[in-house]
Amino acid sequence: MRMRIRGRCWLVGDNVPTDAIVRSHLITRPMDEIRRHVLEGLNPRFPLEVRTDDVLVAGRHFGQSSGRAIAVRALKATGVGCVVAESFARTFYRNAFEMGLPILECPGITGRVSEGDVLTVDLEEGLVIDETTGSQLQAAPIPPFLRRMLEAGGIIPIARQLAEGTDR
Amino acid sequence: MATFVEKVLARAAGLPEVIPGQIVDVEPDLYMSHSASWRCIRALERLGTDRLHDPSRIAMIMDHISPARTAKTADDQRLCREFAARHGITRFWDVEAGIAHLVLMEEGLVRPGMVIIGTDSHSTIYGALGAFGTGVGFSEVTATWVTGKLWMKVPGSLRVEVEGRMPPGVTAKDLMLWLIGRLTADGATYLSVEFHGGYPASLTVSERMTMCNLAMELGAKNAYVPPDDVTRAYLAERGVPPGEYEEVFPDPGAGYVRTLAVDVSDLEPQVACPHTVDNVRPIGEVAGTHVDQVFIGSCANAKYDDLVEAARILKGRRVAPGVRLLVTPASRQVAARIAREGIHADLLEAGALITNPGCGACAGDGGAMADGEVTFSTANRNFQGRMGSYRSEIYLGSPATAAATAVRGVITDPREFL
Repeated sequence: MRMRIRGRCWLVGDNVPTDAIVRSHLITRPMDEIRRHVLEGLNPRFPLEVRTDDVLVAGRHFGQSSGRAIAVRALKATGVGCVVAESFARTFYRNAFEMGLPILECPGITGRVSEGDVLTVDLEEGLVIDETTGSQLQAAPIPPFLRRMLEAGGIIPIARQLAEGTDR
Repeated sequence: MATFVEKVLARAAGLPEVIPGQIVDVEPDLYMSHSASWRCIRALERLGTDRLHDPSRIAMIMDHISPARTAKTADDQRLCREFAARHGITRFWDVEAGIAHLVLMEEGLVRPGMVIIGTDSHSTIYGALGAFGTGVGFSEVTATWVTGKLWMKVPGSLRVEVEGRMPPGVTAKDLMLWLIGRLTADGATYLSVEFHGGYPASLTVSERMTMCNLAMELGAKNAYVPPDDVTRAYLAERGVPPGEYEEVFPDPGAGYVRTLAVDVSDLEPQVACPHTVDNVRPIGEVAGTHVDQVFIGSCANAKYDDLVEAARILKGRRVAPGVRLLVTPASRQVAARIAREGIHADLLEAGALITNPGCGACAGDGGAMADGEVTFSTANRNFQGRMGSYRSEIYLGSPATAAATAVRGVITDPREFL
């Protein structure tokens, strides 16, 4: 897994619900269709213009409401390389590691980066570097256990290793 | 000196003690999966084994879409049925049973001191019986099926002391909406919320369910009401004697992130306005708002006493012309009881459409709104686009407020009907 991600910054606010990441009526649609509507209610340009490795920066409590994992899968499908937020809703936080979407909690980031800035996120060090402004923010580093899960590609590969271990 | 959650997670992790922030592997006592169970089964195929750690800890309930709506959902449900039969999963409830949380509690499977995971964010509701309940992703449940373990970060705890005598016409739902309005939707993110004091002690298990259910909308990881004689009587009625569970209480002097004291004596009915649960106003500020539909349902407020509360206002009256009243009993047992006691007929005669038990309109299973329409709902979420059109609106409140609103066709203070 890559530990450095570099891309353009997209901004959303506080308390973004999973219903706004993927609207309820779309959850049974194919991912190729869902992908083209991610966050459209909050920022219609996002699904149209997002590029691989762009960085989504959110406020507090990102991914609240339903624990539906499709919100994480859909964000991943847009190509977003990392989500950085003041804080995450706990089910979103769990699902992100489980689905292999890198996320960082970075208290104080609100107002410190602007949409369109070029950001480099160092997951290992927990650093967010704004190349456009030259500023740098220290996020909470990812706990080692969760980094292992990201590297393994989620909880299913980890459980597979455990199951194979007990089968022997 | 430990809080409830520190004690219960230490026990489930086999450790003498744990501290907030610590990541531990716990052995949950019960793994609940609802209509998303088919996703768990598909994930198991990716995992490459079908050796389950302990099928007796698996509970599956087909609640979010009941009965099947399309050939695809019928396929998904058949997959679950066949999987349960093949693996000897006896705790399987089909489309007639109702909402997973209610079913598990009514069946006596939720007990004080248990650690329960579920594929549903409102699994916090199990705290009503002094258990730890929390929502997780479906592949996490799958991994637990096989390994018997799941990681948990030990949360800090918020202690809410609630005292006072609730005024007539005001309910546990109003208290929770008020609290969410005050603390905001992330007021308890990652935290274990403990409710103490004379008010929660005075409540039925059903009302405690409403409190613990709504705690999710504060961002809580789990919720808790200390078990007492009310808890014990509820379990005894379901054939579970006190010897079959171990009650867990926080130690005096345990460390809380925050302690909050609330007096309910002057509380008024509260309403959460579109499009966030923490956009809460006292009833007086929104009374008179036009509605097209009223939904009395969901794991928050469609239990027996919720329907009794609504029927008290609706009996002998008529739903306002042009308003649709949907009533979705939380479970088959609730539906059977209201039928036996004549409440079913009272609601029908008032003009209600009574649907089959389950999640119903709250989960998008019927009851969708057109552009510009407004629903008053007893559920726990009002995010934009949750019930049909993105240009529709949802207000949340108690069953009494919902019933009063159905009668007048505009948001109405239920105390006018006392």
